[in-house]
Amino acid sequence: MKVTKDDLDNVAVLSRLTIPSEEAPQYIEQLDKFLTYVDNLAQVDTEEVRPTTYALPIQNVFRDDVVKPSLDREAALSNAPLKEDGYFKVPKVLED
Amino acid sequence: MKYEAVIGLEIHCELKTKTKIFCGCATGFGADQNTHVCPVCLGLPGVLPTINKRVVEFAIKAGLATNCEINKYSKFDRKNYYYPDLPKNWQTSQYDLPIAIHGWVDIDTEDGRKRIRLTRIHMEEDAGKLVHSGTNIKNSLTSNVDYNRTGVPLLEIVSEPDLRSAEEARTYMEKIKTIMQYIDVSNCRMEEGNLRADVNVSLRPVGSETLGTRTEMKNINSFKGLEDAINYEVERQREVLEDGGHIVQETRTWDPERGMTLSMRSKENAHDYRYMPEPDLPPIVTTDEQIAKYRDELPELPDARRERLEKDYGLSDYDAGIITGSRASAEYFDAVVAAGADAKLAANWMMGDLAKNLNAENLTIEQSPVDAKRLGAMIGLISKGTISSKIAKKVFKEMWTCPDDPEKIVKDKGLVQITDTSAIEGIVDEVIAANEKAVNDYKGGNKKAIGALVGQVMKKTRGKANPQMVNKLLAQKLNG
Repeated sequence: MKVTKDDLDNVAVLSRLTIPSEEAPQYIEQLDKFLTYVDNLAQVDTEEVRPTTYALPIQNVFRDDVVKPSLDREAALSNAPLKEDGYFKVPKVLED
Repeated sequence: MKYEAVIGLEIHCELKTKTKIFCGCATGFGADQNTHVCPVCLGLPGVLPTINKRVVEFAIKAGLATNCEINKYSKFDRKNYYYPDLPKNWQTSQYDLPIAIHGWVDIDTEDGRKRIRLTRIHMEEDAGKLVHSGTNIKNSLTSNVDYNRTGVPLLEIVSEPDLRSAEEARTYMEKIKTIMQYIDVSNCRMEEGNLRADVNVSLRPVGSETLGTRTEMKNINSFKGLEDAINYEVERQREVLEDGGHIVQETRTWDPERGMTLSMRSKENAHDYRYMPEPDLPPIVTTDEQIAKYRDELPELPDARRERLEKDYGLSDYDAGIITGSRASAEYFDAVVAAGADAKLAANWMMGDLAKNLNAENLTIEQSPVDAKRLGAMIGLISKGTISSKIAKKVFKEMWTCPDDPEKIVKDKGLVQITDTSAIEGIVDEVIAANEKAVNDYKGGNKKAIGALVGQVMKKTRGKANPQMVNKLLAQKLNG
């Protein structure tokens, strides 16, 4: 695998991470090693194998449409860093 | 160059389940902020979501009602994106194995019936609501979030880009609304956001088969907004292309107050949803027997009902289309006919005076002060000759504000049609004596002059005389 600086930047944006430029080469090297290792899987012949969509042998786990008590609002908001009038308060959503 | 618009819709339809899709929180609209929330829908760590059985049932029914194929092996996936209305930072949705695929619905266009293909229908959770501190999302320094709506079950109904105009898009969305109401899976209240559309619009030169670059407008929640947004966007793109520019693929927001679309997201490269199978939700496996059972439970659908009204009652395609346009209206019609009314008269009254009065007072047919039974009884009075069609309009007006039976109203107001020949004869004689000119005109060969005389008789009887009888009597006397 060849991980580029662009790949790293893109992953950083998607993960909401700030990566100092002096640390970038280190992360590129680590990502590259990791992906090369995973790439070993490509050697296995999977022609006849159906993609796994779920790891356990279970299906159709449902609940009935019956209302259960919700959380008390104070409890729901108790971990919020910012709150206002019973709302979760968040900083500016869209950048200019 | 002449361009044609290519339009596709993703309609989000909130299902009318009692509880959310993955937890037991209530779905009711209008509750105090953040009172319908729990650890599951708030996305707290360590919780385990469980699929609401009704959601799967409703989704399969919606698929069957729109001629889809049901995927007997279906699963949920995580769609990752960062937005504060989504507490988990992913939306639990369906990616490559949606519950229903490859359907279609027919719509009426100016050029006749047109088939619109559905790509897929999938199940997903709704997001929360943001209340912005400023006047819009861009100038707000902070926003407040209400997670009551988070996890309310949605169907996303995706069409192929088969629509060619704002009007077709509207007709298509109305058709989807009608079908969802018929099968009773959604309240379809636009004002409560039960039905919202994301619209994809692109232009291409007429005759070209290649699709142009498209823009997407999200969360349009009214039919008027849909038409306005599409018309605006088609015009905007046409101008860009005619000036030699190119369309940027982007998400735009429709501002109904300013009547224009605005660019919304700057970082398009961050738009990478990284779908992955949802590890917390086992797959949904549906058997042919279950699908057959759901199919049996479906009510008569709009197209079939429309055909029945045309075939059984001889209604025109247009009238039948309007009457079956909503389930409530179709049921009202059936009830009017069941009350003994002639079907064609029933259709005329529903599309005439009833529709006019409902529109004037902004009422739905369910809220009509004249219910189907009373309208049926009144139409029965016309057919029996107790009242004339003209008097019926007066009776209907009375019925609108008075809950009495039409028979009682006709009697109390003295509106019974005069069919007694001798009573009419006297008045006819009076009118002939008083209208020498019209009489002479008639006798001189102007047969149309009789109209004025009929009018005089009707006026003197305050509309209660039977007009056919008046005509006959007048003709007899004048020719005699």
